[in-house]
Amino acid sequence: MNELIFFFNKVIVAGSVIGSIYAMGAIGVTLVFAILRFAHFAHADLMTLGAFFSYILVVAFPELGGFVGLPTGFVVLPVAMVLTAIFAIGLDKTFYKPLRDKNVKPVVIVIASVGVTLMIQGVIRLFAGTTSRNFFSVDGVAGKDIFRIKLPFEAASRKIFITEPQILLFIFLILAVGLLHYFLTRTRLGKAMRAMSDNPDLARVSGINTNVVVWTTWIIAGGLAAAAGTLLSMDVILKPDLSFNILLPIFAAAIVGGVGQPYGAIAGGFVVGFAETLSVFNWAILLRPFRDSIPEWIELPSKIAFVPTEYKIIVPFVLLIAILVWKPTGIFKGKVL
Amino acid sequence: MTSLTSVKREIVLFSGLGLFLALIFFQMGTAFSLRMLIEAACYAIIALGLTIQWGYAGLFNTGIMGFIAVGGFFTVLISFPVNDKFWNSDGPAELGVVGLYLLAGIAITWAVSKSHRFGFPKKLVTFLTVLTFAISYLVVISALEPAADKIESGAGFIGGLGLPVFAGWIIGALGAGVVAYYVGRICLGLRSDYLAIATLGIAEIIKAVFKNADWLTQGTLTVSPLPWPVPTPNDIGFVAARAGYLTVTAIIVVVILFFLQRAYNAPWGRMMRAIRDNEVSSSAMGKDVNKRRLEIFILGCMLMGLGGAALVTSTRIFDPSGFLPLNHTFLIWVMVILGGSGNNLGAIFGAIFVYIIWTISEPMAILIFEAVKVYGNDWFGWQAPSDLMARALQMRVFVIGLTITLVLRYAPQGVLPEKVIHHG
Amino acid sequence: MALLEAKGLYAGYGGMNILNGVDAVIDADEIGVIIGANGAGKSTLLKAIFGLLHVSQGTVKLAGKDITNMAPDKLVRAGMAFVPQEQNIFPSLSVEENLEMGAFVRRDDFSHLIEQIYGYFPDLAEKRNQPAGELSGGQRQMVAMGRALMIEPSLLLLDEPTAGLSPRYMNEIFERIIAINKTGVGVLMVEQNAKQALAIAHKGFVLANGRNRFTNTGEALLNDPEVAKSFLGG
Ligand SMILES: Nc1ncnc2c1ncn2[C@@H]1O[C@H](COP(=O)(O)OP(=O)(O)O)[C@@H](O)[C@H]1O
Ligand SMILES: [Mg+2]
Repeated sequence: MNELIFFFNKVIVAGSVIGSIYAMGAIGVTLVFAILRFAHFAHADLMTLGAFFSYILVVAFPELGGFVGLPTGFVVLPVAMVLTAIFAIGLDKTFYKPLRDKNVKPVVIVIASVGVTLMIQGVIRLFAGTTSRNFFSVDGVAGKDIFRIKLPFEAASRKIFITEPQILLFIFLILAVGLLHYFLTRTRLGKAMRAMSDNPDLARVSGINTNVVVWTTWIIAGGLAAAAGTLLSMDVILKPDLSFNILLPIFAAAIVGGVGQPYGAIAGGFVVGFAETLSVFNWAILLRPFRDSIPEWIELPSKIAFVPTEYKIIVPFVLLIAILVWKPTGIFKGKVL
Repeated sequence: MTSLTSVKREIVLFSGLGLFLALIFFQMGTAFSLRMLIEAACYAIIALGLTIQWGYAGLFNTGIMGFIAVGGFFTVLISFPVNDKFWNSDGPAELGVVGLYLLAGIAITWAVSKSHRFGFPKKLVTFLTVLTFAISYLVVISALEPAADKIESGAGFIGGLGLPVFAGWIIGALGAGVVAYYVGRICLGLRSDYLAIATLGIAEIIKAVFKNADWLTQGTLTVSPLPWPVPTPNDIGFVAARAGYLTVTAIIVVVILFFLQRAYNAPWGRMMRAIRDNEVSSSAMGKDVNKRRLEIFILGCMLMGLGGAALVTSTRIFDPSGFLPLNHTFLIWVMVILGGSGNNLGAIFGAIFVYIIWTISEPMAILIFEAVKVYGNDWFGWQAPSDLMARALQMRVFVIGLTITLVLRYAPQGVLPEKVIHHG
Repeated sequence: MALLEAKGLYAGYGGMNILNGVDAVIDADEIGVIIGANGAGKSTLLKAIFGLLHVSQGTVKLAGKDITNMAPDKLVRAGMAFVPQEQNIFPSLSVEENLEMGAFVRRDDFSHLIEQIYGYFPDLAEKRNQPAGELSGGQRQMVAMGRALMIEPSLLLLDEPTAGLSPRYMNEIFERIIAINKTGVGVLMVEQNAKQALAIAHKGFVLANGRNRFTNTGEALLNDPEVAKSFLGG
């Protein structure tokens, strides 16, 4: 029983948390690809930047959370999302749009986006150094609540752990996905976005204002990136190199889900998240209760994990390669790049 | 464009570079400048590898650092002195057993994957293949772990083979080529973005392995001093040793340049450019295009492996945590696109020029930030953070990024544009 | 005053002119048909009129107003609609959403128009919630025309609306074009099925090598032995 709870904490909870983060990042990557047709390498650093916007806001207004009884980082999140969205539009105007207007090959814009990512990294580290920061040590009101849930069984002495930021993350993701679905299927602009993803030339011929669609794309992508970065940093810690271990997984998630498919990106995010937690999990623990019923001569290894934690980065990569080999369009029939 | 003006341009730019170098020799001393030039020459080899991938074939490689690391690693493995402690322990035998498990696993998995020939349904075969793969994988890594632990606690790491350095460099290039083959096979049929993502992944995995597999590379403990192909500074002093090393690397650059120039003007090079410039019409050539691209991708990565091997050897230390995938990769990108993509001389010019700037930017950044610190304190009573110097160096990352975006936008041809040869 | 007045157009791709001074003039309520060999520049002419290619010389006027090199979204607002030759639907959007996209520039209530288009093309009414990409070729062409009609255009540009369709769909499309024209919409279309098209045309334009070769009423062109010999298959 305790082993199962351990599994639940280590795999289900942790996988859902990181899966949600990847999903939010991958939605942005996939939308940018669908509308602008390039792989946006600076996306993970938009997350870091968004998290820093939130952090600065928390430092500036540490008491805000007190009014609603939530962590201040969560309360200031909408503002950080707006700031990041504006920043993303600014990036597009200064760096990507001039290249698009020159009709360069898509790969040139991809390279530019790497240039942008290096610039963001440089600036963040210039101002923030390399130290980690904790949202809750600057929060004027709330500490990080951790819920320990005891299951009503004799045998279950271990408790299920879940933190407040994690619960907020799940609520936020569900709301965000619901809103996104409504936006894409019910609103004029959302439909125009899908139309432009389908056939940009025809969108222009139909009189769709493609600039507005592009801005909307950056607003959604930037806003979700800020939310993902902030919620991840609240749950763990805010590191200036937050983006480093996230870029590959979110690309993998977008491709596994099917490039250009927002729902695919969500599915892909969770696939990558759970694949990571499942492969670093020590499966030997689940065998321990059966120690007595297994003949003596079979030696149970103390550790059966597919991938040591240090090599976690291999997991999204293997998923990525596997999908490229077997089904390049991904789960949701996306565009093949 | 007439070739006369472009030759003039080359002469002007390279003379300018020469003057700049003379100034640096004068200012910073011979030993310093020679070391800088050695490293610049190694970067030139790497940049040539990139310029054929990007300039000849339009391939976007974000994993250059990974191929450099592979080259460096094989140099260590081949040319570092033999570690007797390891060879006298159970280590080799245990690793041999792991190797046997690995071969057996590969054989069984392969056999299972071919079992559809005996009439098993396709789905079942796929499932069984994945299952056998997973089991053999688990068996291999659980055999490797205790062996690795023993080596680490006993002998430290497996050491090298004590063979000549040049053998290490060649194997390094081949190793990088093998990695490139597999990445290229999977990604080159798809749009360029996929190659970019996959090479980024490969670089990070290579780094993770070299950093964490202590039994193989000593991980964060680093391996040093690496043997040189020429007498080391300990034997004959800094200036003479570095001059010798520089000669070796410069010769390699010239030889590579010679062959690349010939290939560029040969039918092979012409076909490459046709593929790059007009993907639609040459896609009529179908599979052939991907084969050509694969060739050039492998060749480019081999040059990166070779350059990486020479670079790591020159610093005399193999330090896996020092490899920063994005930053170092894009330093080389700056070299190539600034120099002029598709122009081999441009790549060499870019490599030397950018590397000099990169090297002297370190003391310069520190100087600037010292000043900021002092004046900030004097005028505003600003207390500088203690890690200000580390932060100052981050500014250089910003500058790499800025240079890339600016060059792409305002001077996509670079300072030495590709000479457009009209053919057809 | 002519509805569309294109005079002496020069346009092309990447600096190379494909059109070398082409004229095309039609009145309101007219159907104009452009015919010519493959590669003659018919599609290029429509694209140049619709602002998708840069016109380097010549003028285009819509109801007397100069619209040369105006951006497509402005032309849509000015009442001109264009159905390209290929890829003229949004495949993953439903039929109804395709029609809504046609009305993107409108901020008023256009539900009556959608019903009107389902009236024109009853096939579509049944499939209104189906992704347009899943429809047959003829039905897609109906979606494409329906999308263009959503702005209630005064001028409709059609590029080979019957290309690759079965005779049944071909006749249906021609009938619809006549019906649409009867409601007061000027039509300028490119056609490969030259005989049938000229039969419904008020004006016909025969292009060759980016120049006007013959221009006359549809009927006159049909009866011109020279046109018949080289452009109508004898
Ligand atoms: N996108 C393009 N880029 C370059 N040339 C084109 C393009 N589209 C068409 N052309 C060329 O322009 C000429 C006229 O084409 P088009 O107007 O499509 O002919 P058609 O009369 O068959 O519609 C052809 O020679 C064609 O090769
Ligand atoms: Mg045509």
